[in-house]
Amino acid sequence: MEFFERFAIPNPSPAIYASMVAIALVSIGIVVGLTYFKKWGYLWREWLTTVDHKKIGIMYLVSALLMLFRGGADAIMMRAQLAVPDNKLFDAQHYNEIFTTHGVVMIIFMAMPFIFAFMNLVVPLQIGARDVAFPRLNAISFWLFFAGAMLFNISFVIGGSPDAGWTSYFPLAGNDFSESVGTNYYMLAIQISGIGSLMTGINMCTTILKMRAPGMTLMKMPMFTWSAFIANVIIVFAFPVLTVALIMGTTDRLFGTQFFTTDNGGMDMLWANFFWVWGHPEVYILILPAFGIYSEIIATFSRRNLYGYTSMVASMVLISLLSFLVWTHHFFTMGQGALTNSIFSITTMAIAVPTGVKIFNWLFTMWKGKIRFTVPMLYSVAFIPLFTIGGVTGVMLAMSAADYQYHNTMFLVAHFHNTIIPGVVFAMLAGLTYYWPKFFGFMLNEKLGKVTFWLLTVGFVLAFFPMYITGLDGQARRMYTYSESTGFGPLNMLSFVGAALMAIGFVVIVYNVYYSFKNSSRDIGSDPWDARSLEWATHTPVPEYNFARTPQISSSESFWDAKKNGHVLFKGELEEIHMPNNSGVPFILGIIFFVAGFSFIFGLWVPAIIALIGVFICLGLRSFELDHGHHISVKEIKETEEKLGGAK
Amino acid sequence: MHIDNSQPLEYSTQQNQLNILGFWIFLGAEIMLFATLFTAYFTLADRAGSGPTSAEIFEITPVLIETFVLLTSSFTIGLGVHAMRLGRKNAMMAFFGITLLLGLGFLVTEILEFMTYYHEGATYQTSAFTSALMTTLGTHGGHVTLGLFWGTFIILQVKKRGLTPGTANKAFIFSLYWHFLDVVWIFIFSFIYLKGMM
Repeated sequence: MEFFERFAIPNPSPAIYASMVAIALVSIGIVVGLTYFKKWGYLWREWLTTVDHKKIGIMYLVSALLMLFRGGADAIMMRAQLAVPDNKLFDAQHYNEIFTTHGVVMIIFMAMPFIFAFMNLVVPLQIGARDVAFPRLNAISFWLFFAGAMLFNISFVIGGSPDAGWTSYFPLAGNDFSESVGTNYYMLAIQISGIGSLMTGINMCTTILKMRAPGMTLMKMPMFTWSAFIANVIIVFAFPVLTVALIMGTTDRLFGTQFFTTDNGGMDMLWANFFWVWGHPEVYILILPAFGIYSEIIATFSRRNLYGYTSMVASMVLISLLSFLVWTHHFFTMGQGALTNSIFSITTMAIAVPTGVKIFNWLFTMWKGKIRFTVPMLYSVAFIPLFTIGGVTGVMLAMSAADYQYHNTMFLVAHFHNTIIPGVVFAMLAGLTYYWPKFFGFMLNEKLGKVTFWLLTVGFVLAFFPMYITGLDGQARRMYTYSESTGFGPLNMLSFVGAALMAIGFVVIVYNVYYSFKNSSRDIGSDPWDARSLEWATHTPVPEYNFARTPQISSSESFWDAKKNGHVLFKGELEEIHMPNNSGVPFILGIIFFVAGFSFIFGLWVPAIIALIGVFICLGLRSFELDHGHHISVKEIKETEEKLGGAK
Repeated sequence: MHIDNSQPLEYSTQQNQLNILGFWIFLGAEIMLFATLFTAYFTLADRAGSGPTSAEIFEITPVLIETFVLLTSSFTIGLGVHAMRLGRKNAMMAFFGITLLLGLGFLVTEILEFMTYYHEGATYQTSAFTSALMTTLGTHGGHVTLGLFWGTFIILQVKKRGLTPGTANKAFIFSLYWHFLDVVWIFIFSFIYLKGMM
């Protein structure tokens, strides 16, 4: 019995027991459903073993949407708790767990897979490649992310959730102050998915550098590909820092090392520094691809080429460099001294300059354009003013002297949600709507999409703008309640109403998918938006090999040139196409990493060592494996092309 | 599979070129990994708490042996890749074998060194200094250990399949990895050991 006690929840509540039942029922439902409809084979052949970048992208997309609802449930619980003063809905411990998992889930397990989804779906098509450089590695990246996400999500029913904040500062996150296994979950789940992210970074950099179609020089790449490239370069240089920090945090907690302890020389601020040396570039890893998606959408729906292509690229390169030089601004109040704070104030404010350049470029793209206010364009148009407000409050926070007033208040919470929601979340939803027809063969309903857009925008403003005011009035973040005499009550109620509107908006998205699946036309052609870049030059749905012939590129908008100026994209005869083989190893590796992570979290050393040996066996087998892939014959290509509407 | 004969064997197919570039990018990530470890070490090097300091535990003899052995192995793997380019399979396998033996020698010396530290009261848990030292050295040593297995697998494959674009590519990438570990060691030798003994 003693063995099993470690898996018990330290702070149980009826809601958690209800979740356990729900998780069990859903799991049984999935197993029964798959068996009843005889879909196990289909699932294994088409999805679990796939190395196709499009299918991996779709799996990232589905995971990101699921995690969006998980993180969203945390968000609505927090706003409900704070809606009225002295609320007793949750106690302090539960509130700590909720805001911690909200942060981690939204950044690591929602936003990251969302951008990886678009990188996987779009980048190989935009550069005219058959797949990414290392398709098998790509599958491993996904399954490591998925293993990490599942590991993190079972924490609240097995052993207890992390409760030290998504930043997990030491000494709070050390064994003395975080006794439950929750923070172990944090360390290992993020580690596993972080290794996956690093592999994606290497994979995408190689793909973009070496696999572009003939004629596509670096400065002729579509803007989303550029943004993905820069984001992946940042991933390669930022994620190893997180890897090391997490290893040190893990060994401090599990093996008694002294990195971040408060005696025997340990230095807790080292964690804060490492965390933000990764953490600040991380926000640019998220926002730059979002900027890329906006660039594609704004150009398409303004019917103009992107204004200031070169300055767009230059500003992204500058942002990527500056992103590594600002981390200290996350803890101005922790005693670095005036000189250090001043330097980091200036570097932080400097980021506003290239970002401003991008804002003006989007505005000039729209200037005198024939704008169509479709759902993706609405998100993009709302993004510009809302994100600018978030940027301006960011510059306010960057002033280190003034930051002593804002630090750890709701003002900060309002600021970063004001950049992340209109910046990243709106971009993801805009991208979802924009690319949906390319990968699923039907459009999402415009009217329902507009309902969602307005619910989210109005909900966002109501939810977060009041926090600027309560923050300036002194409402601290991460406090589970406040007294009536503070006067924060009405504005927090307003925030709750806004959060509820956003929740309704997300539910409408789900209904929209269902409604459009039932009712939308399947006869939409391959280019329903009249778009400009290469991903729209192939069929819908995209065949396994992407392009029957490799496209010939002459400008950054070759597809537009092909449509309007008679540029010939596809020349020459069909040739046999070489494709990689499917493999079950990535999925199995995901399971092994899950087992290893779980065993480390609970200090079960025997299964942990067995699982690690399993990893090395997989690596060894891969070394000896002879895998030359397979070829698609010209006859098969012709048949597929005819079925999809004639060879283009 | 298209083979370009104007290139060395390890570069001769498109996938080979992708593999090599991808590995260089991976080494970029590895540089960041070790840079972070060095940063932690330099921050914590003087924070020995109640445990021993670096001057008290570092000894020059095992460190010199390790340095000599590892630097020599970098030279022999260079000879191995040279032999591979000349198409001399047996010479290549011999040089790779010598490289791995030298790597094994390095590893044994390092393990003995760790055991000495342990007996002198400098364990993984003693102080921030020893934790950072063991983690930095251990990460490098772990890489060498992995390399021993990886290199052995490659020798077995060259023996079985001969010098093909596939095996040559793997051997070349392994040599990049091995040289990289040597570069890291030079930093460890200079900035951890020599600086710590002064």
